[in-house]
Parts: sequence; structure tokens; C-alpha cells
Amino acid sequence: MYDLIVIGGGPAGLAAALEARGQGLEKILIVERDQELGGILNQCIHNGFGLHYFKEELTGPEYAGRFIEKLADSGIQVALDTMVLDVTPQREVHTVSRRTGYRVEQAKTVLLAMGCRERTRGAIAIPGARPAGIYTAGAAQRYVNMEGYMPGRRVVILGSGDIGLIMARRMTLEGAKVLACVELMPYSGGLNRNIVQCLQDYSIPLYLSHTIVDVKGRERVEQVTVAKVDENRRPIPGTEMVFDCDTILLSVGLIPENELSKKAGIVLDRRTNGAVVYENMETSLPGVFACGNVVHVHDLVDFVTAESQRAGAAAARHVLEGPAQGDALEVKNAGAVSYTVPQKIRPQNAGKTVDVFFRVNRILSESVIRVEDGEGNPLARYPRERMAPGEMERFPLPKVLLEKAKGGFITVTAEEA
Amino acid sequence: MYDCLIIGCGVTGAALAYELSRYKLKVAVLEKENDVADGTTKANSAIIHAGYDPKPGTLMARLNVEGAALAKELCGKLDVPYQQIGSFVLAFDEADRETLEKLYRQGTENGVPGLELLDGDAARRLEPNLSAEVVAALHAPSAGIVSPWEYALALAETAVRNGVELYLENRVEAIEALSRGWRVTTNAGSYETRCLFNAAGIHAADIHNLALPESFRILPDRGQYYLLDKSEGTRVSKVIFQCPTKVGKGVLVSPTVHGNLIVGPNAEEIADGEDTSTTGEGLQFVKKMAMRSVPSVSFRDSIRNFAGVRAVSDQEDFILGRAAEGFYDLAGIKSPGLTAAPAIARYIVRLAGQDGLALEEKEAIIDERRRVRFQELSMEEKNALIARDPRYGRVICRCETVTEGEIAASLHTPIPPRSVDGVKRRVGAGMGRCQGGFCGPRVLELLARETGAAPDEVLQDKAGSYILVGETKTGNGSSSKD
Amino acid sequence: MKELICIVCPKGCHLRVDEEKDYQVTGHSCPRGAEYGRQELLNPTRVLTSTVRVEGGLHARLPVKTDGVIPKEKMMEAVRLLDSVRVQAPVKTGQVILPDVLGTGVSFVATRGM
Repeated sequence: MYDLIVIGGGPAGLAAALEARGQGLEKILIVERDQELGGILNQCIHNGFGLHYFKEELTGPEYAGRFIEKLADSGIQVALDTMVLDVTPQREVHTVSRRTGYRVEQAKTVLLAMGCRERTRGAIAIPGARPAGIYTAGAAQRYVNMEGYMPGRRVVILGSGDIGLIMARRMTLEGAKVLACVELMPYSGGLNRNIVQCLQDYSIPLYLSHTIVDVKGRERVEQVTVAKVDENRRPIPGTEMVFDCDTILLSVGLIPENELSKKAGIVLDRRTNGAVVYENMETSLPGVFACGNVVHVHDLVDFVTAESQRAGAAAARHVLEGPAQGDALEVKNAGAVSYTVPQKIRPQNAGKTVDVFFRVNRILSESVIRVEDGEGNPLARYPRERMAPGEMERFPLPKVLLEKAKGGFITVTAEEA
Repeated sequence: MYDCLIIGCGVTGAALAYELSRYKLKVAVLEKENDVADGTTKANSAIIHAGYDPKPGTLMARLNVEGAALAKELCGKLDVPYQQIGSFVLAFDEADRETLEKLYRQGTENGVPGLELLDGDAARRLEPNLSAEVVAALHAPSAGIVSPWEYALALAETAVRNGVELYLENRVEAIEALSRGWRVTTNAGSYETRCLFNAAGIHAADIHNLALPESFRILPDRGQYYLLDKSEGTRVSKVIFQCPTKVGKGVLVSPTVHGNLIVGPNAEEIADGEDTSTTGEGLQFVKKMAMRSVPSVSFRDSIRNFAGVRAVSDQEDFILGRAAEGFYDLAGIKSPGLTAAPAIARYIVRLAGQDGLALEEKEAIIDERRRVRFQELSMEEKNALIARDPRYGRVICRCETVTEGEIAASLHTPIPPRSVDGVKRRVGAGMGRCQGGFCGPRVLELLARETGAAPDEVLQDKAGSYILVGETKTGNGSSSKD
Repeated sequence: MKELICIVCPKGCHLRVDEEKDYQVTGHSCPRGAEYGRQELLNPTRVLTSTVRVEGGLHARLPVKTDGVIPKEKMMEAVRLLDSVRVQAPVKTGQVILPDVLGTGVSFVATRGM
């Protein structure tokens, strides 16, 4: 019987396991499907990680490396090259691997840290032919950075998520010509700094409010047609631009990978595609916790680390002190707020403050975040100079305020001041 | 000199090869692509039709009903995913209701078993997500769903096991009449045969016209589809059709044997039979029509769009028969061609036999096929398999739980895959919600390792569909630019 | 007056740099931002990350970075130098892969062990 089984050895799983160990759990197992720990950070060879957590700028492998080093003499067990096929509500974890075959392990607590996957062409229905040469930015990143192969020479990138922007620079540095970065929305989904240092540094044009309306090429991509879209995201006839290219990279969003959670019967949130979680990152199944991109997609690994440490600590507390208690307040969203994490807060189980994370669904200039209770009484307000969908927001909600909340729920609103 | 040469290895050619492989004949199949089942067969609705659509008395009607029964038997023998889930045709108004009655009468006359007419409420009791607008439904319990490419592959593999020769990447360029037989020249070789069978699908008229005067035309008809995530796979439990129109059977909503939901097709006549592009308007139409039958389909769970081209001809019925001495057309095989394929094969073989082809049965043939589907095994079976071959313990495709062992095994089948998509069609790796985003690079690596190819030689699908264009950091001071 | 977006951290502050007032920076929220704004106009620099060919390792490529900033206009030239580098595993994080890149005094170092 394990105290804790962590599913996924990426940044979330690593931080959670180490924190749980630090808080006194003895028997911890990390199950990782890849041949090494570190998850997607291993292929994110660019720098920019760790400014919040380590107060210095690291590359992805360096950031992961710091946690992997700590793991070495922590006593935490690691099963590499091992796939989890099922998690049951009784916290049995079904695994399969070459070495150990099919096994079922029992755990007192389970922590879900499976991360996310990239949205594909099929999810966004790009019309046209279906030749080779269309890849998600992450798949291209793996080819270039780990396997040492170029997926193409003349590239159009659809979507301006961070991975797409990073790959625009990587492909350029490896000798490819990146012709354009095309974004459906009137704003970029990526960080401003990446637009500067990945596109502007290399004179790669960014077309906002544009999309791909046709793909040509029988065996391999030969041409794409890009058009401007109106406010309803419909292509505007007559605005087409044609690019001769052999590759399209997609950076059109990430989806939390919750197939195991679904099979286990965990309640998911349609807004985040992740599990509904309490203040301590516990899911609807008692003793099952979740953290990192499997809960909601983060921009910065530093925040994944912080969230995962809270989850790891909560798992430890669950084992050592017993299940969390208390009635939960539901957290509702309104105005420009498109979701919140956590979705439920048990004030009795909260620390001094609860960090609430959310995203806005449009760009807001000078604005305010308001928190009200279920009877409309204001609890807190936080001013912001600017908020954008590409940047996750957070604010600390003091326990004393939560204890005052009436009506069984609180509402988080963001609006321009 | 071959006794029989088949042009085209879609489901029709494969079924014919399978049928001929039972006899003491020297048989070969020519296929222009680098895999079997690579045209119409791999991109269609994947339905085994019950047989109420075709006009009574036609070949199509007879072979549909016969083919549906054969499909069930063959899929069992050859380990092809098949489920007899039944179908509904929906009526939304009085005119539709009359169509249902007509279909019911036709079906009864065609010998379709178990047909029944239901009113709207009865239909919704069986299929709760149907639209409230549905006033009646024709229920055909013998309809089914199948994996069309695995069906064709299984038939072709079994034919090859029984001695049929398969030549891939052989595009037919010329056909000449010999004193007794035919000479077929391809980009890769020349083949002589007594009997020639034209199962070239979209290109059947082109092949016919290489040898004989024009007698029919193929009018390629494209249909576009959505494939939805498994989370939508139980939205309906039967194949849900709308009333057929002049251009086809309309937009359907159906589970697939892989657990997804398929929605489509539209119908659009196109000039280029190889043009499987999707269009914004086409997909929009499919979506709108599907929501009419099942308003709750969640298109945000789409994982893939695709289009297939149907080999519609200028004739109403299938074009099956002797076009000249020793030259047989199997053409205009539109819907229900997938269903009818094995019956078509039997029909043509019987015909050739009557024309003098010696049909002497082999003493023994292989008539079964099994492949490992790791996901479907019990825990004990999984462990036994991994103990025997540890590669079954390494999951490559996490969406569909496909192991390295299954991929490696596919590379040692009678028709091994030559591309990443070839692997997908054989073992399902890359068919799931991430569409190969995660396993694609790993499948590529395995293909390269097992076939001795360089990674940048591995293909996505057809010849020329390269995935990688060269190495980074070539180590000789110059990066490979071209 | 030049407007630019700070790339020092993910916050992405909108900076204004006044060339006429000795490159005075406004709009920053930390001293590093002020320094960046000034530097970006006078002598823009970047940390460069890339890969080199590695033999005998888990992967075919080893990630590297410059252990300090290099002039922005030298990035392409610097990255080309890596084309002719081959390293043999094992490699340690921080190990120098290519010293003194283009006379800048900055080295390419490994960013992971392999």
C-alpha cells in the first residue's frame, strides 16, 4: 500500500511528490510513461522558466533537472516507461510496463498530474486537403529539439500560443523560413515577451484576426490560404493571402488530459476541461488530488510548481491527519472571468488565504476583480492595470472573508473600472 | 501468365482476391498506392447497409442483402471489428413518412430481415437523443458498422496468405489485348493474364478505356465527414439516417466500431476523383443536417474531418460483368458497395467460371486471421503476453492504448504497413483524440528502426508524403538546407 | 521616444525609452526592466538556446544555451557554429560545449545531463 501514487513525472508530479515527502509521507510512487522524468520541459529548451520560483532564468531541462536532482535521495520511488491504464474510485492504480507487466497498486491517496495535450486540426476543422506537413507545434518541437530532425523548411504557424511562438524562433534558428504567424483572435494567446523575442526579433509577421481557409497539396503541404475574419470569426471574402509553404504548425490551444479522471468518475469542469477541485486541489473523489495542466492550462511552470506543492501537502495531510472537513462554497464566475480554480472552497479547511486563479475571455484595460458572496455582499476587490486571456490571473482570498460569506457561494467578476 | 489479374485493391478488389484465392489459380493484384484500401474504402460511412435502399430486382439490391450476411460471417472469421447495431431512417414530415413506407416495401421485397416502422415516440424510446421533430422511423436490425479498411485489409491479407501476389505502387499505364488474354503495363512492370478484373474504383472508367471503347462514365462524388471523440460515441446507439434523396443516403450520425461518432456525408460532384479536400461550406452543411436528427451532438468534440470520394457512375446499378472476352468490370461501386463487396466477388467469380475460368478448389486454404488487441485483453492475458514479449508492455498510442508489440507485429503481416498511417489503419495508433500528436514521432521511430529506413524517409501516408525534411546540426559545419 | 515590450520576465511591461533624455526608461516595474529598455536601444542582446549533436545519449540532441547574453545581431552566426559540434555522452549540466562564442567571452553550456 502506497501513501501516495503520483501519475505523471512532469513538473506537477515532481513538485507534488517532493512536497508530500517533505511533509512526512513515507511511501510515494511516481508513475511516468516516458523513459525519463521532466515531462514536456525536456523539449522546452528555451529559457524563461523559474523567474518566480528560483528567481533566475532557466531553460526547461534545467528547471526539471533541479527537481529531478532533489528526487534522487528523497526515497521516492519512480516507475519509468510505465503507463497508467486505470484509476478506480478505491484508489487502485492499474499500470503496465515492459518490466513489470500489468499490475494493480493500492494507494491511500492518488495525485493526478497527467498534464495536457495539444488541440489538433480536427478540433478546429481547418478546411482543405490533408497532406503530410501539418503538425502540432509540440510535435515539431520534439522532432527538432530531441530527435534532431526538421519537419519542414517553409512554415506557416496557425495560432499564437506560446509553443507556436517559441517554435517560430526555433525553426528560424535552424534555417527554416517562417512566413507568418496567423491568429484567429484579435489578440495573441501567447506572452508579450514571446511576440517580441520570437517573432519581432526575426521579422516574422503576426496576422491577428486571420485564419487558414484552405490547404493545398496532395502528398505534402504546398500552399495555404489565409484570410481575415470578421468579428464573428467568419472569413471575409476578398482578403485572402496565399503562402507557398511545406509545413503548417498548429498552436491552437491545450486540453487537459483527463481520460483517466473521467474513467474514475471524477467530476470535470466543462470550462477548464479539468477536474473540479477544492481549495487543496482535491477532486470530487476523496483522497484523489490533481494539479498542474491537468486541472487548468498554465502559462508559467512556476505556478504549476506552486499549485502542485499545495496538492502534495494536502495529500500528505489527508494521510497523516485524515480527510479534509467542512462545507464548501461554490466559486462562480461572471463578467469577463471565464473560469476559476478552485471551483469549490471549504473555508474551514483553508489556510490563511486561498489563491484563486482565473482567466479573462477578452482584453481588459484598467479594471477591477470583485468578489461577492451568494447574497450579493461584497467581500473583496482587486484592481488590475490590464488583463488578457493569454495571462492567467490570481488573487489571494483571505480565510476571514471566506468565513463571512453567506448564501453558499461566492462570485468572482472582472470588469473594466 | 496469370490466370487472373485484379486492378485495384480497395474492398472490391480485396474481396475478389480473397474469393479467387480459394481456387487453384495464379492470381495477382495491382494497386497504384503504397497500401491497400487507400481510396474510397478508407473514407466512407463504414456502414453495412441492411438493403432496403436499392430498387428491387437490381443487382445492387440482391448483392447488398447477400453481402450484409456475408460481412457478418467474414468479419467473424477474419477478426474484423463489426457490430450489428441496426439502423433508423428518420421521417420529419408526411412526405418522409411515405418514403419510409416505400423503403419498408422495397426492403421486404429485397429480403431484408426484421424491418419495422416505428412512430416518433417509439423511436425516441430506443434512441433518446433523437430530435423531437422526428415523427417516424424505419428500423432495420440487420444493419451494422465495420472497420472498412481493416475489412479490406483482412480480405487482402488472407488472399496473400493463400498465394495471391500483391503488387503495390503499380499504376496501370497501358492494357493490350493478347491473342488469349491481356498484357497490363504499369510504372513498375508488365503482367500478362488470361482474365483481367477492373476494380479500379474512381478510376474504373479510365482503366476500361485503356483496353476497350468507352461504355460508362465515373462521376466522382465527394462526401465530407466529422469524426468525434469517444466521449460522443454513445450519443446514438444505431446508425441514424435521414430519408435518401436523389444524391445519396443523406447525412448520418452513427457510432463507429472504434467507439467514436461519425457524422456525414454531404454529396458534391467533383472533377478530380483524388481531391479529398474538405471545405468550410461542406462541413457546415454536414453539421447543420446532423443536428436536425440529433440536436445534442457536440461538435466541439470533433477530432478529425475528412472527405471520401464515391465512384458514382452514369448508370443506376453496379456495373458488373464481362466487357470483353476475359475482361470484367467491377465498376460504379457506390454505396452500398462496402456491404456488397463479398457478394460482388462471388457473383463475378461465378460469371468467370461460366465463361470458362477453371474453378478447382484448393485442398486447403487459410481462412482465418487473428490479431492482438492489447486493450481488449484481460489482465491475465496482458501479463502472459508481456511475459512472452515485453514490447506489449510499452504503450505507444496512449489514446487508443496500442503497444509497441502490436505495431511490431503489424510489420510482419503479409501486407506490412509502409507509412505511419498504414500503421494507424492496422493497429489504431494515432486514431484517437490526439490524432497522433503524441505517438506520431514514436511510430515514426519504430518504423524507421524496424524497416531500416532513415527517419526522414518515413512517410505519413502515400508515396511523397514525407514527414521530416532532414537533420538539424548535421555535424559537418553546414545545416542541411535542402 | 521608443515604445517596447519588456522581455525580462513574463509580465511583459510596456516600456517607453526616451533617446533624447539619455535613454531614460518609464513604464517598467523593476530595475531589470529599466536596464533592459536602455540596453535594447543601445546594444540589444539575447541569451541563445539551441542544441548540439550528441552520441551515446538517451536522445539525439543535447540542449545548450549561452551562459550569458550575446549581441542580438550575432545570434544567427553563433547558432551556425553549433552545426560542427559533436559531443559524446555522458555530459553534465553546465558543462562547456563551446567556449568564447564569436569572441564574446560567453560559452555554450549544456542545459541537461545526458
